[in-house]
Amino acid sequence: METNRQKLKMAVYWAASCGGCCVSVLDVHEKLFDVVAAADLLFWPIALDTKYRDVEEMPDNHLDLTLFNGAIRNSENEHLAKLLRKKSKILVAYGSCAHLGGIPGLANFTSKEEIFKRVYHESESTINPEKTLPSPVCEVKEGTITIPEFYDDVRSLSQVTDVDYFIPGCPPQTERLVEVFTAIVTGAELPPKGSVVGAGTRTQCDECIREKTENKQIKKFYRPWEIADDGITCFLEQGVICMGPATRSGCGYRCIKGNAPCRGCYGPPAGVPDPGAKMMSAVAGIIDEKEPGEISKVVADIADPAGLFYRFSLPVSLIRKKVS
Amino acid sequence: MEFKPRIIAFLCNWCSYTGADLAGTSRMEYRENVRVIRVMCSGRVEPSFVLKAFASGADGVLICGCHPGDCHYQEGNYRCLRRFTLLQKYIIQMGIESERLKLEWISASEGKQFAELVNSFTETITELGPCSIREKTKILL
Repeated sequence: METNRQKLKMAVYWAASCGGCCVSVLDVHEKLFDVVAAADLLFWPIALDTKYRDVEEMPDNHLDLTLFNGAIRNSENEHLAKLLRKKSKILVAYGSCAHLGGIPGLANFTSKEEIFKRVYHESESTINPEKTLPSPVCEVKEGTITIPEFYDDVRSLSQVTDVDYFIPGCPPQTERLVEVFTAIVTGAELPPKGSVVGAGTRTQCDECIREKTENKQIKKFYRPWEIADDGITCFLEQGVICMGPATRSGCGYRCIKGNAPCRGCYGPPAGVPDPGAKMMSAVAGIIDEKEPGEISKVVADIADPAGLFYRFSLPVSLIRKKVS
Repeated sequence: MEFKPRIIAFLCNWCSYTGADLAGTSRMEYRENVRVIRVMCSGRVEPSFVLKAFASGADGVLICGCHPGDCHYQEGNYRCLRRFTLLQKYIIQMGIESERLKLEWISASEGKQFAELVNSFTETITELGPCSIREKTKILL
């Protein structure tokens, strides 16, 4: 019945990612038939046998919508980011890695040199007596072979190219994707460029159903396994660090419903440039001590503040990589 | 070229800014490297203020508030102390020398102490040399 209507031309690409975002697209389950009825998937490496050359040969702005997931780790990721930007009318940073750098972005705590040393020289399962390292160009008997260049740091998609919309989440909740997709297909008015879509504007705490009081006072922080969660009281009030205060709503607080504290994958709420700094502000604010020594003791319970507060957002934060 | 440290100082309105003002009206001389930002309370200093200062090229950040127990808003300086303690741990993880961030209590009558603090902090930062954060965190295109 839709044959007369122009079908949406769509692509899904993964850069430095785990594949979970692509799976979240597949999680539309039987609605996939509606998607296929409304859109032609022209390029989707995880599911279709398409080649980069197919994209290169497309005219500019050929694709109506590209969901780009994954961070920019190497020259291949960057090439495809810029190529898909040129070929797409709407480029969406899909998921935490494209949005904020995500888990691969934690590599910004180290450098290319240190990563290569660990992976190719020191790791327990490696035997490499000649200390060979990958090189972008390599001459062999049969000719020249090339591989992508591994960069010194990880960037988010918008740090490499122009992005129209951001859909946060690790992975984004499929229901949110369906909403956004439906809006595009039905020709609904789209939000201004640069918006975060498929999520709320407030914080997780605004939506969370756990019981909260205004009076949060903590003398000790616990790792989640160190304490028996009562399943009712706010995690922070129990002394378990939950990223809720500095995280955008919209996921349906699934982790909290599963009795796990929020990890912050939806990124900062509107108007917050640096989620980790906001979280440090919130967490330090509830410490119930006044003496410097006592405060230090409570802070010592937080084993790895940088890794915890910037788990998904290091490459887009104010201090976006470790200064050595 | 001689290294002239750029130092950002967040001073609370009620004690430390008045203290710095006293240093000025008493015509005390101190090093010119400090750029003062007045805030209503040291408790107003969010961690992102400090990180933004470093990311924008500050070589050192100084936070000054009322002495413990003297806060105009009862507890703001304690909040500042807690945030400062956590922030110190974070900046060390990011490879920033902890000496580059300092918290001191300066009362409204401590103009002399403020001048001395600025001098000694400037000295510390001069010894550490320029902070490379702005350079190192640049996004390469």
